[in-house]
Amino acid sequence: MHMKKRTFLAGAASAIGVSAFGTVSAMAQDKKVKVGFIYVGPVNDGGWSQHHHESALAMVKALGEDKVELVEQDNVPEGPDAERAMTQMALNGCDIIFATSFGYMDPAMNVAKKFPKVKFEHATGYKTADNMACYSARFYEGRAIEGTIAGRMTTTNKIGYIAAVPIPEVVRGINSSYIHAKKVNPDVEFSVIWLFTWLDPAKEADAARTLIEQGCDVILQHTDSTAPLAAAQAAGNVIGFGQAGDMIEYAPKPRVASIIDNWAPYYEERVKAVADGSWETHNVWEGLSTGMVKIGEITDAVPAEVKKEAEDMIAAISSGAYHPFTGPLNKQDGSVWLKEGEVADDGTLAGMTFYVEGLKGDVPS
Amino acid sequence: MLRLEKRPQPSKTLSYVTPVLAVLITMVAGGALFAALGKDPVVAIRTIFWDPLFGQFAFYYLPQLLVKAGPLILIAIGLSLGFRAGIWNIGAEGQYILGAIFGAGVALACYPLEAWWIFPLMVIAGAFGGFLWAMIPAILKVRFGTNEILVSLMLVYVAEQLLASMSIGLMKNPDGYGFPGSRNLQQYPSAHNAELIPDTGLHWGVVAAIVVAILAYILLNRHILGFQIRLTGEAPRAARFAGVKPPRLVLVCMGTAGALAGMAGMFEVAGPAGQISAGFNTGYGFTAIIVAFLGRLHPFGIVLAGLLMALTYIGGEAAQSALQLPGAAIQVFQGMLLFFLLAVDLLTNYRIRLTKRETA
Repeated sequence: MHMKKRTFLAGAASAIGVSAFGTVSAMAQDKKVKVGFIYVGPVNDGGWSQHHHESALAMVKALGEDKVELVEQDNVPEGPDAERAMTQMALNGCDIIFATSFGYMDPAMNVAKKFPKVKFEHATGYKTADNMACYSARFYEGRAIEGTIAGRMTTTNKIGYIAAVPIPEVVRGINSSYIHAKKVNPDVEFSVIWLFTWLDPAKEADAARTLIEQGCDVILQHTDSTAPLAAAQAAGNVIGFGQAGDMIEYAPKPRVASIIDNWAPYYEERVKAVADGSWETHNVWEGLSTGMVKIGEITDAVPAEVKKEAEDMIAAISSGAYHPFTGPLNKQDGSVWLKEGEVADDGTLAGMTFYVEGLKGDVPS
Repeated sequence: MLRLEKRPQPSKTLSYVTPVLAVLITMVAGGALFAALGKDPVVAIRTIFWDPLFGQFAFYYLPQLLVKAGPLILIAIGLSLGFRAGIWNIGAEGQYILGAIFGAGVALACYPLEAWWIFPLMVIAGAFGGFLWAMIPAILKVRFGTNEILVSLMLVYVAEQLLASMSIGLMKNPDGYGFPGSRNLQQYPSAHNAELIPDTGLHWGVVAAIVVAILAYILLNRHILGFQIRLTGEAPRAARFAGVKPPRLVLVCMGTAGALAGMAGMFEVAGPAGQISAGFNTGYGFTAIIVAFLGRLHPFGIVLAGLLMALTYIGGEAAQSALQLPGAAIQVFQGMLLFFLLAVDLLTNYRIRLTKRETA
């Protein structure tokens, strides 16, 4: 009781500020590692937030409930509300907090400054501090596999792409799948529809139907719902891919493969690092090689030789023998981007806002 | 049997009692909801209403209360002027967004210049942005008799599109590696709406909210315009005889509400939020409508209502993370508050009579 009052007075007098925050979090620590997660959507959105949530649960299961205490908060808007949610978690004794949406970057940075002893992990951003790391996945590696299968399997040579929000990650995905579709099928054409949302089943279904009406017989999606697959199924001879989750209920057709976000191993590793004191900040970008990006089962709807080609590419990317962005590659305006044999550096990829040569239309801005 | 009987005049006492009653009923019904979700209702209600004020971490929550209540109060006071006169501006959210865009626009245009006049200019620009956006439904109403409820509401969605476009286009941070979102104004001293005293939550927006509440009180009680506003709401015909020009009143009320919402948006983007991003607006403009009515459209009532609403948000979030309640349950809880307020409002205008059951 005495302690509480003193803390309150210290804060109210605003004399201690930062150190008041520090004391509180140190005080509240116990033996279990307390792990906080904040999500931008509801944990049952079927997409982004749900995968982080499920990965968090898998992490707890793997490490044991006697070792880890999980605290979650969903539907947290990006901005000051996120800052408060994370502060709340830190005050309540969280040792590590995962901020699982890009828009949490600056709020997480602010909270990290106030709580030097608490570790922060931010997904898909680029800012780091001594106690704030960031992590992201090389989804474009999965897109290369998708593009290869799409290029081989289209008969109309028209491929539809349902794009989410115009940020580098999405642009990278479009480029990667286009490059690899084109490589195996020079006649291929891409139609891209931008939805400016990550999840909106009604809009996604509309977009898929529009693309199918335009003659596309392969639909790629960067949005999170199964609506495009449902539209492909209704149309008949159209194929698609699972996105973020396996979406196996649409296998073997229209879903012929999938890109799966698999955060669980990373969460396990990082929480374990907090437990044994070895946690250090970093900025990692993991892909097929570590399993952060996985390709879901390639179904029998895909011809055996195409399946083999896709699997070989998975192996080549995983081993580092092949990089999906290898020259010669030109930008959309025809200027040279990568010379023969040159491989894109991570900096350029991270900030990619241009289309490669052959894609039509503009990246919206 | 229960029977409703219209009161000859709305009850003064009850108009003060009903908001409190609504809060109490919300606590009971909310407690039942939390119990149904398998949580201890007493702990949940305590976490929401008590802990942020008097709990262990009150030193953090109390300032947050001001941060959250500031924009709510500022917007709600603007709205209340129109609501009193029967002018229904439902689009404060859009005016809030435009204020943020205009305010941040000034800052980003000046970046990286450091000068004392940047912040005041941002305040003016923010107010002007909100004012302009509110003028669209106002002028359409005055000129063509369109419905201001629909037009102002629809303009919220237009504003959201504009905001999204700004965050990936014109205002995108050139040093942001292609990611959406503007520069963070918290890192631009001349534009930063910082806390005036560290760790108190007191920023210029909160100061503005308090000042505006006082001004609104004076306006409504001491100024001819305030008299006209009240008269128009209570007796439109009498108002016309008294020389009130309805179109002028529409322009003034909508414009003031827009300017205040715009200022709120500007203070938010320059302070707690820091940057223009697609998810910048989180519904202050809509919540402020609840705050205005919860506060009985009275400036000081609105201040109290704003603080109470902020408390349900902050306590609600605390309950979410401490008790692992789903976010949707907290939203239902907040919805209940408005629902019960409207329901018990009946008591202000009607009285309940117990009548003997008539035999058939």
